Parts: sequence; C-alpha cells; structure tokens
Amino acid sequence: MSESTAAQPLLDVRDLRVSFRTRSGTVDAVDGISFTVGRGEVLGIVGESGSGKSVSMLSVLGLIDNPNCVVEGEVIFQGEDLLKLDDKELRRIRGKEIAMVFQDPMTALTPVYTAGWHISEQIRAHEKVSKKAAHARAVQLLDAVGIPNATDRVNSYPHEFSGGMRQRVVIAMALSCNPSLLIADEPTTALDVTIQAQILELLRDLQSEFGSSIVLITHDMGVVSQMSDRVLVMYGGRLAEAGPRRALMRDPLHPYTWGLMGSIPPTDGTRVERLAAIPGAPINPSDPDRDRCLFSSRCGFASDACRPQPGLVEHVHGHLDACVLPYDQRPALRLEALTTVTTESGASA
Amino acid sequence: MWRFAGKRALAALLVLFAISVLVFLIFFATPGVDPAARIAGRNASQETLAQVRQSFGLDQPIWTQYGVMMRHLFIDRDLTSFVNRGAEVIPQVQQAIPVTLSLVIGAAVIWVILALVMGVLATAYRGTAVDPIIVVLGVIGVSLPVYWLGEVVNLVTQSRLHDTIFAWVPSLGYVSLSEGFGPWALHLLFPWLTLAVLYAGIYARVLRSEMVGAMNEDYIRMARAKGIGEWRVLLRHALRTSLIVVVSLFGLDFGALIGGAALLTEVVFGLQGIGKLTYDSLQNFDLPVILACVLYAAFFVVLANFIVDLLYAWLDPRVRHV
Amino acid sequence: MSASTTSTSTTPATPSAGPWLNAWRHVRRDRAAMAAVVVLILIILMCLAAPLYENYVAHTDAFTSNVNGTYVVDGQTKPVLEASTEGLGLGVNPIGPTWSSQLFLGADNQGRDVMARMLFGGRNSLVIGFTSAIICCVLAGIVGIVAGYFGKAVDAVLSRALDVLWAFPVYLLAICLSVVLINSSITIGPVTLNSGSIILPILIIGIVYVPYVARPIRGQVLSLREREFVQSAVGAGAADLRLLRREILPNVLPTIIVFLPLMTAINMLTESALSFLSIGVQPPDASWGTIINDGVGLLYTRPMVAIAPGIMLAITAVALNLLGDGVRDALDPKARLRGGV
Repeated sequence: MSESTAAQPLLDVRDLRVSFRTRSGTVDAVDGISFTVGRGEVLGIVGESGSGKSVSMLSVLGLIDNPNCVVEGEVIFQGEDLLKLDDKELRRIRGKEIAMVFQDPMTALTPVYTAGWHISEQIRAHEKVSKKAAHARAVQLLDAVGIPNATDRVNSYPHEFSGGMRQRVVIAMALSCNPSLLIADEPTTALDVTIQAQILELLRDLQSEFGSSIVLITHDMGVVSQMSDRVLVMYGGRLAEAGPRRALMRDPLHPYTWGLMGSIPPTDGTRVERLAAIPGAPINPSDPDRDRCLFSSRCGFASDACRPQPGLVEHVHGHLDACVLPYDQRPALRLEALTTVTTESGASA
Repeated sequence: MWRFAGKRALAALLVLFAISVLVFLIFFATPGVDPAARIAGRNASQETLAQVRQSFGLDQPIWTQYGVMMRHLFIDRDLTSFVNRGAEVIPQVQQAIPVTLSLVIGAAVIWVILALVMGVLATAYRGTAVDPIIVVLGVIGVSLPVYWLGEVVNLVTQSRLHDTIFAWVPSLGYVSLSEGFGPWALHLLFPWLTLAVLYAGIYARVLRSEMVGAMNEDYIRMARAKGIGEWRVLLRHALRTSLIVVVSLFGLDFGALIGGAALLTEVVFGLQGIGKLTYDSLQNFDLPVILACVLYAAFFVVLANFIVDLLYAWLDPRVRHV
Repeated sequence: MSASTTSTSTTPATPSAGPWLNAWRHVRRDRAAMAAVVVLILIILMCLAAPLYENYVAHTDAFTSNVNGTYVVDGQTKPVLEASTEGLGLGVNPIGPTWSSQLFLGADNQGRDVMARMLFGGRNSLVIGFTSAIICCVLAGIVGIVAGYFGKAVDAVLSRALDVLWAFPVYLLAICLSVVLINSSITIGPVTLNSGSIILPILIIGIVYVPYVARPIRGQVLSLREREFVQSAVGAGAADLRLLRREILPNVLPTIIVFLPLMTAINMLTESALSFLSIGVQPPDASWGTIINDGVGLLYTRPMVAIAPGIMLAITAVALNLLGDGVRDALDPKARLRGGV
C-alpha cells in the first residue's frame, strides 16, 4: 500500500528489498518497503541503526559496493526504474537529478583536492562548462550555503573547514546541478547540536528556494519534527508507521514510534518520571525469525497476534502503521506506555 | 619554514658525522680486528705489518687518523686509496656515478610504470582473478634474490640462448651514453629489467594495498554519488590519495639506490658503479674508498629523507601547516 | 498486560571468540596462506631430513670432495665427473635433474651431490632467517615500546640512534659489519664468537633491521598512549608495568607477529646475499647463498648448482610473504604493508 499525493510522485519506491549474502546466511537489510516522495516534499525516514534506512536510499542510487548484495523491487524516478539501469545510465542521475549528502563531513571529501575542485568536478561531470565557469559557480554556491569569504575559501582544502562548514560545502556540492531530489543521510549526526540547527535551517531555506524534494534520514525524532512534511518510521528493514508529520507526532500509532517519541523530552511542560528508553537492543539482522512483527520482542504489548507480520493498515487518510493493536485503543495504550516504568524483562506494574 | 629547513639540515649533518665515525670505528676499532693485518694479507710477517702500519698511518691514535682522512677527503680533496697507492678516491667515485645513475634511473622508469599498471589493474579488478594473479606476481618479484635472478638472466642471455634468441645482447659491462644511446641502453637493458622486477613487485603490492584501502573510504562513495565514472574515481581519487605513501617510499628507495644500494646488480652485471666500488673497497679493506662510498650513500639517504618530508607536505595538504 | 519475553533475538548467532581465535579462523580461511603453510612445513621437513637423505637416498657425503667418486645409474657405474667429448667440453655427467635417487640434481665441480648439499644448506638458511627475525622483532619491540611509552628524553635518544642506524643503507651496514667480523673472533665478556660461527650473521642481520620494525611499533605505542590514559600516569613505576602489560603489549603483539614471517623472508634473502658475497655463512658450513655463490663459477657448465637453491629460496620467500599477508589480514586489516625487500 503506498501513499500518493495529488500530483505524480517524484520518487515511487515499490516493495524494495535489499539483502546481503553472508557466510552465515542471507541478511535482509531492507524487507519490502514502499513509499513515495512528492515534488517539493520533505520526507523524513526515522529508525535506529540497523533499521535499513540508509541502505534503502543507497540502493536507490546503486551505491552499495558489495558484490554479495541483492536488490529487488522497483524504484520509479521520472518514469524510469532505477534498479534496472546499468552503472553508466545511473551516473546520469547521480549528482544531477538525485544528489546525496552523507553523515560524516570529515571523511566525505577527498582530502587532496580543494572545495572548489570538488564542486567543479561535479558540475563538469554533468554539464559542458569551462573550468573557469565551474569555478565561478562554485564560489556562488559556497556563498549561497552561507560560507563567509567564499572567493578565498573556494581554494581551501577540506581539513581547513570546521565540521559544520564542511557539511555546508558538501551541501553546496550536492545542489550544484539543481537536483530534483536530495537525499541527506544523517546530515547532522556528526555535528554539534547548535550547528545541527543551522544545517537544518540551511536545508529548509535551500529547499524552499530551489524547490527540490528532500529525503532526510535520521535516528533523531527531534530532527524529523523540525523539517519533514511526512515521516516514515522503519524498524528491522520494514515500515512500522508512515504519515504526515503533524499527525504522526501528535498521535503516533505504532508502539515503536511511541518509544522514539518517548525519548524526546516533551516541550509542552509535562514532566515525566523518567525518559522511557526502549528496552532491549536493535534487532539483529541475521536473526532468521522474521515471520512476525520484528518489534514484538521489545514491545510491552506483544502477544501471539503479532505473528505473522502485520500488514500496513491505513487507519486515517495518509497515516498508516503495521500493528495489530486495536486502533481506537492506541491513545490509551500510549499513555500507559509513557507513564509506566518498564523493566528490562518487559514486565509492567 | 626556513628555520625548519635549517634545523633539518643541521640534524642531517650530525647524522652524516655520526655515520662517518661509526664506519671508522667499525673498521678500525672493532676488538679483535687488525686493519694492518687485513691490508697486508694473511700470514704477513711482523715487519710487513709494522711497515703497513707506518705507511698507512695506522699507528697513530684513532682520532688523528680520522681527522687526517676527513681532511684529505673534504678539504684537500686528494684522498688516495690504500690499495691502489696514488689513485685518488674522489675521481674514482666521480667515474662511478654516471654508471649507477644510468642503472637506477632506467630501472626506476620501468618499475614505476609496471607498478602503476599492476596496482591500478589489481584494484580495478579486485574480486576477480586478476587481483590475486597480480599479487602473486608481485610476491614472486619480491622473493627472487636479485643477484640470483641476474645470474640466471646472464646464463640465458650470455650463454644458453646467446646464439639464438639473444644474439643481440652485448657482453657484460657499461658503455657510456656518449658512445650512443643504442649501445648504452642495450648494455643496461637486462640490468634494468632485473632490478625492476624486485622493485615493481614491492611497489605493485604497496600501491594495491593503499588503493584498495582508499576504495573503502567515504570519499570514494561520495565521488560515485556525484555521478563520476568509475575509472575517474579510481585514478583521480583513490590513486591520487595512495600516491602520498607510495611516493614517499619511492623517494627513500630511490635515494638509497643512487647511493649504491644496487650493489648486487652492479656486481653481477659487471657495471662499475658506486655499488661495485663500495663492494670492491670493502673486500680489500680499502678504508679511504670505503669511507668515501659510505658517506656518499648516507648522504643520499639523508637527502632523500629530507626531500620526501617536503614532498609529503606537497602531496598531502593535511600535513602542510604542522 | 503481557510481559514481553527477554529478547533472544538480540544475541548474536555465534558467540564472539577472543581476538586470537578469530584471527586464527581468518587465516584458516585464507587459502593462499594455508597453502603457504603447507609448503613451508614441507620445506622445513625436507631440510630437517637432510642427513637421512644424505645417507639413505643419495648415499653420499654432502661435504666431502668427491672428485673421483662414482655413482650408479641404470645398473652401470659411472664416474661422477665425466668429461664431455663433444661441443664446448662442458662437464657432462651429471647435470641435474637426473631423476635418479643419487645425484638428483647433479653434482657440483667437486663431485658433491647438489641436492644433498641443498638440503643441508637449507637448514642454515632457515635457521638464520628465522632466528634473526625473532631477534629483530623482539629487540625492535623493546626499543619501540620503550621509546614510544616513556617519550621525551628516552625517545629522543633512541630515535636518533635508530635514525643513524637506518641512514646507513641497510645492506651496506650488514656488509661492513660482516666484512670486519667474519674473519675474526670477538670476545665480549665471557662469550667468544669464533670466526665463521653462524651466530654472527644472525646477530648482524637481526640488528640491522631493527629500525625498520621499531619505527612502526613506536608509532603505534605513541598513539596508544595518547588514546588510553593521561600523561601523568606514565613514569609511576609499578603502574607502568601494569599498563605496559595490560594495555600496550596486547595491542603491539599483533604488529610484531605480523612482522615475523615478513622479516624471516627479508632476512633469509639478506643472508643469502651476504653468503653470496662470501661474507655470510663460511665454509665448511653451507647455506643456499653459499651454494649459489659456488654455482656462479659453474653457471655455464653446471647451472643446477646455482639455479636450484635460488628456486628454493624464492619458493620459501613466496610462501613466507603469502603467510605474512594472511596473518596481517587476519590481525590488522588496516595495516599498510610496506612490501618485502
């Protein structure tokens, strides 16, 4: 079941599966997710590490450099199925139609080339412009992302920028060819909280100015709450919940989302006894027991009904989740989960 | 910047001084070793030994001998050999230099090209059969004793197949470039190849190791995400970063080779280069020549270290402002 | 409210073993390294069995000149050194390989069985290569750890000494020391090393390569020291020993182990070069290098004398290098291999 906006979606992912063949068996990193990204929309994908959020977007662009990786499903972008394109055709799209920003700005740029060189390289890979013209555009871009003294800084090396500045350079580079889709994989995780806010604001400004869609991958609900139009919650390679930001943040449906929300200190003044940490550890991707709701082993409300894997159900328009708990009881159950101190074994008072 | 260079130059001079003292001590002060006996030969009579000591100044205190020899070498520049009395050392060294240079530079050109090709191909085709084949070739190159390889090459080109396939191979020895490029290159062809086998093996492996490591770095994934072709990613990003280490190593090896480290190759192929000069002088306990050769070699090692440090900063911008 | 079960899905499929066991498993899977180990064991066994071969297979004495000796082939007794009546008058019989148990690789110019000599020579080559590698790695480990751990003055002195030692081109230093020492005996205190003792090449080669190994170890200790604990803890006596034993040594040990096969190969090649120049192993002892040296003069007449030990050396070195690669990949995949010389 996929979401659709009024117009034709920019990116239409259908039943995407990414698995890795290892010596101890097959690991399903992404296990059949479907979603769309509309034009000009900001989609937030939230999940813990191991939830498959990064792998899914990397596979969209064919950036997984592992011969033991198998990608199945359909990824329709501007009428083409990206998964059926070979590397040469994908190169047309990478950096030009779909650009990526990665998590660690410290290691994202080849250290022996200047910022201007990097941006020029990307521009000239897609457009026939002279080095001088590309260089000039690089200066403009650095300026647009808020780097002071851009004409000098364009000749600086990556290590000469601070973390936040370096991430701005990467963003400038990503936007250099006016992509219709920007994928940002944990763009602020490696940065200070104060810098985080700046980068997110930058992304928001650029998005409204350039009109690109953004897929924002993060494990931090706070980041998602600031930026997204819609939110996907992933767990264990599957979709747990999906919906518009306001609705999802106000009335989250899935117990996993409650857990994620519970770990944000509420800003509306209510005090909780303890911040609820989700008990247990993230799912082990090589665990073969997958014919159930993968969150059930950590869920305070798990029961036998959690087998087999519940399907995605659209309870309210645009808002879906994959849980068997009765829809009308969710708010009450959520309150219970928030205010109950759960122990490690899951027993509740 | 200049203060840094000045300090390094001073340290280098100290190292050279220490080496000259060390060599002297090894040959003249090792307990149980009598240089006079070495020079005079075994079973020399006491009178011969006394004569030798007197005429070579070996009866002087060590520091005096050291001072005298260093003075002759650097100031008067008329240091003479112990073995060929009257033959000046410095001209001997000067004559040997072009031979070694010809050998080393030619071999270097060959091995650099070989290593680049092997390393890049092994990285580009890693995961296929090409990679382990290249690695094994490199390991074999490193494991063949260079002097043995030279002898086998000689066996084939000078003897066994000399009348058939290798009739064009000239006899062993060096021919100066002034006598024509053809003869010069022909005489050096097999020494070049023999020396290159060893170093190509080393450098192919180092380059491959560095490049494969680089390919796993985040910036390679970023480069691909920019839409750049795989070969450009390999060459402009992975290779360029790997060159930092490889060029540094090359500088050190090249410096050592110019100083005479290709000793075995020169001996096997009959080339009168610095290496052969060093070896002959060592056999004969010809201390002035030994001293000159060792200092010459050490000078280039130290110089190479210095240049490599500068090169490293040029190649790796991260190091520049330290 | 149902209680959730304790999460069994969070325990990993295989219990994680210690780092050494993991490394061993990794090496076992590396087919090249395992093949190398097999080859090495074969070579070692062959060389160990040299006296057996000498007596029971070749029926010869590898060290005594045998110019007028005879041997049996196809039931016929023939002289060992038979002159050729044709061509260049090159020595004819026997030039290996002959595929008979006697004189399998032919005879050298003194009528000695090349194969038997080669097996005996291999013992010396292997022993010298391996022992000097151990000495080198142990010494370099000590120097590197002391310099890196105690820093400041100690480090300055040691590093300068290493610099001077290493500025001496390696082969040159080994050759200098060998030339000087090889024909004389040294007495250090109660210990006397007679000239021609193979302890000499072992020590010389072991010491000469110490800077090569000590520098990376020192670098590693330096960064370990920064990482783990505060400067002030260093130099506090008993605490030092404990730190060294528990934090530094377990991290440095893999590096040293990785160097062992590599240095064995390098040292074997160095010893053979020294022996080739007649300043390594001295007669009546033999090593692969000395046999090659013997063979050089016979190169055009009895090439096997020079070729065979060279091939053995190369095979051993290849095996050691492949093993070293495998060990390095298992213990420290991030290490950059400096290549063997």
